[in-house]
Amino acid sequence: MNMIKRIAGVLWIIAGPLAIYYLVKTAVAEINRKPLIDTKIQWTVFVIVFIPIAIGIVIFGYYAVKGEYDHLPENSAEITD
Amino acid sequence: MNQPTNEVQSIRKIIAASSVGTVIEWYDFYIFGSLATVIASQFFPKTNPTAALLSTFATFAAGFIVRPFGALVFGRLGDLIGRKYTFLLTLIIMGSSTFAIGLVPGYQTIGFAAPIIVLILRLLQGLALGGQYGGAATYVAEHAPPGRRGFFTSWIQTTATLGMFLSLGIILITRHVLDPDLTKSISKFNSWGWRIPFLLSILLVIVSVYIRLRMKESPLYVKLKTEGKTSSNPLRESFAHRSNLKMVLLALFGATMGQGVVWYTGQFYAQSFIENSCKIDFDQSRTILLWAILFATPFFVVFGGWSDRVGRKWIMLVGMLLAIVTYRPLFGKLLSTADEKNKTEILIKQEINTNLKPIAGTQNSLRTTITRHFLDKGMVLTETKTDTAYADPGRATVKPEVKVSKLLGTTDYWTMIVIVFIMILYVTMVYGPIAAFLVELFPTKIRYTSMSLPYHIGNGIFGGLTPFIALLLTTIYTGDKLVGLYYSIIVAGLSFLIGALYLRNRIDSDVNN
Repeated sequence: MNMIKRIAGVLWIIAGPLAIYYLVKTAVAEINRKPLIDTKIQWTVFVIVFIPIAIGIVIFGYYAVKGEYDHLPENSAEITD
Repeated sequence: MNQPTNEVQSIRKIIAASSVGTVIEWYDFYIFGSLATVIASQFFPKTNPTAALLSTFATFAAGFIVRPFGALVFGRLGDLIGRKYTFLLTLIIMGSSTFAIGLVPGYQTIGFAAPIIVLILRLLQGLALGGQYGGAATYVAEHAPPGRRGFFTSWIQTTATLGMFLSLGIILITRHVLDPDLTKSISKFNSWGWRIPFLLSILLVIVSVYIRLRMKESPLYVKLKTEGKTSSNPLRESFAHRSNLKMVLLALFGATMGQGVVWYTGQFYAQSFIENSCKIDFDQSRTILLWAILFATPFFVVFGGWSDRVGRKWIMLVGMLLAIVTYRPLFGKLLSTADEKNKTEILIKQEINTNLKPIAGTQNSLRTTITRHFLDKGMVLTETKTDTAYADPGRATVKPEVKVSKLLGTTDYWTMIVIVFIMILYVTMVYGPIAAFLVELFPTKIRYTSMSLPYHIGNGIFGGLTPFIALLLTTIYTGDKLVGLYYSIIVAGLSFLIGALYLRNRIDSDVNN
């Protein structure tokens, strides 16, 4: 099971940049298609909000690859660093 | 014998006091969204581009982006000064902002100041909302006896849905009682009556503040404080320490992200879909949701309590899986139920009324043609065409603006209630146990901060943006009316995979460590 968790981590690392690429590509296409202020605001908000989340999933994937989720802490003493 | 009885009475009081305030906060937050169209006409006229711009900011920024910031600000405060005073503060900020929105003069009276004031008040609402949930959930969980945390916190989980119920109910009642003539009543509501639900908030808040002031601080937090073990920097400990940050990320991607989209699809997108895609009448689209909420709400407690016995993980994940698999058929059924093509028109009953209203300064008139089609199964379809009737007979009229509104017969009406009930049942599965799940994931000293952020990113951003992204998808891929659901299906699918793989099903017996 731990091996699957670590291998799946690679998928999450790839998912982050892929999501950003798709988001920016769609945002540019939509703003060009309908260059209204509402469209620009909407897509700018989506891009600004989702980029940190995409970075978050990359970090999540990195932790998974490093085996951080092989064992989850069971009490505060295990949250040490 | 008396001690457990006293304990149960005490926890009941705690739940009641926490829940009342939280219902009111959700009520305050939802009435702005529910009255968005009326508010836009009062404060953000489309004729002024800057005001329209502020309107978009008010919708997006306050509702979604500000909520995680509120989680950080008030979460930190809750871990530094205590749960009780922090969520008392969020309640006061939320209540005052709501009341103040009800008092702001319109754009016609004070001009540009109006949209700016409303935007600021809406931002304050978003911030307060970001702080309240974590406080209430943490407060109740830290009072709950071990083994019943899921059951007791699930009462807090009912508050968001009840807040929505209350806001829809009060809006519907207010729209109907301002004049014996319904048309006049709606007109008065759109002119000034919309302020009543906002102003009413202050009474609810005063009662809630009084109740909350009489509450005591969380015993676990008091113990930490007495021992001098509270965190000096909850933000750093929550997000800069790898061992806690990994749990924050896991909570977000493995649970709250999927939970957020299932919640917002089942309640908000469903209502918007029924009104805008199925074209169901304003009142009926809301009462469908009201009935479904009424029948489904007890299940928050059922699944919360059940999670104390079987664990939180699989109840939440099964809820997500059911949503992923059945959303398309369920929304498809909503469409087909409302589709007049599946029904036969009783032509003999058809009514056509035409009204001509002179346009000032011209010889032309505004022509409104209302056609009422009566179909089998009791459906009444009202088609309102508006165009200009030109005095010059040689001048052709431009394409009329057509609005369609359908009133469902009893069988179709209840079919829709059952469908929405099923979707809200999924909400109760993913949402009922989640407070206990989040509380058990983080240590007491940074619990408020750590659980608030993933909750509000999951719900505020992934969930809150669901209706907008779904609508955007339908404008990009116009061939499929159900294409908007793919956002929810993909996000919930990803969350399901991560949750199934990485979450554990352990129930923490002691949240004090």
